[in-house]
Amino acid sequence: MTSSIVIVILVTSFATYLSRFLGVVSSESIKETSKLFRWFNCLAYSTLAALIARTIIFPAGSLMETDYFIRFIIVLVSLIIFFLSKKNLVYPTVFSAIILSLLNSFY
Amino acid sequence: MINSKYFFQGFSCIKRMDSPAIALGCCFIAIGALLKNLGFSIQESIFSTLLTYALPGSLVMAESLLVGASLVNIFLAVWLVNARLYPMTVSLMPLLMHESQPRWKYYLSCHFIAVSAWLIMKSNYQTVEKENRIDFWIGIGTATWSFAIIGTIIGFIASDYLNKDMMIGLAIVNPVYFMCMMVGAMKTIQVTLSVILGAILGPLFFFITPEWSILFGGFTAGTIAFFVGELNDK
Repeated sequence: MTSSIVIVILVTSFATYLSRFLGVVSSESIKETSKLFRWFNCLAYSTLAALIARTIIFPAGSLMETDYFIRFIIVLVSLIIFFLSKKNLVYPTVFSAIILSLLNSFY
Repeated sequence: MINSKYFFQGFSCIKRMDSPAIALGCCFIAIGALLKNLGFSIQESIFSTLLTYALPGSLVMAESLLVGASLVNIFLAVWLVNARLYPMTVSLMPLLMHESQPRWKYYLSCHFIAVSAWLIMKSNYQTVEKENRIDFWIGIGTATWSFAIIGTIIGFIASDYLNKDMMIGLAIVNPVYFMCMMVGAMKTIQVTLSVILGAILGPLFFFITPEWSILFGGFTAGTIAFFVGELNDK
């Protein structure tokens, strides 16, 4: 292993573990019935939704090469499949990957 | 030490219908291939998934390496994109804490907090009594973590056979899976509003400040959802 890559991995994992660690420290004094807990519950879901929406609308990496409109339609159709299949998660995910690969190789 | 009955009950979540196995596998295959193209060895790739185990963080690390960012910049960029793990931890751990359980279990198993395991735990914690939830959680975490590592190895080995279109197909699986999981979790007013507002405000804040958009957008959306939900309950 080259030392610089190992250092970068260590820095990345430390920056990631830090938020998890501080979360456990704070959890020690938060009751699951408190208002503070409910607020953090909202924050957790909203930051996740913000992150996912951002990766679809302003993606990084290989998704950047796909058309915005195609991505939007695929996510929408996947959600419809999700509901039609009684909340099965396999169908929409497999569908999205195959359709996007195909569409992208044609356009 | 760890109650194996609850550990395996958690571990078997990977076989269920709402299993994250496909989504996790796909995105870590993509990560494995990406790391190989960046010049990582297979040991370094495994090491990276093993220690970080948070997809957006690994992506940011890869991008920063490409542009030759400094260590301080990498630290800040990863910390910013993974700061969402803080509210995720605070909204999960109080559900698992029990005085009969040793503290180290919480500090070690918080490493498993990532979207997939978190969403599964949030929708299943009520099926296990509080005392045993931490062992159930360690089971879920071990299963998803192992899958991520296997995905990284497959991606690293298969990267020569994956063309650009297939990589793009793999990359969409992750957001689609999580979008469906989140929509499936919308059962209370607070959670529903949090998800909808977060999905709108996150990208909107991107126009003002790209780096801080997830935190600012998420914070604003979550706080509005909290107050609306509290007022509604009265």
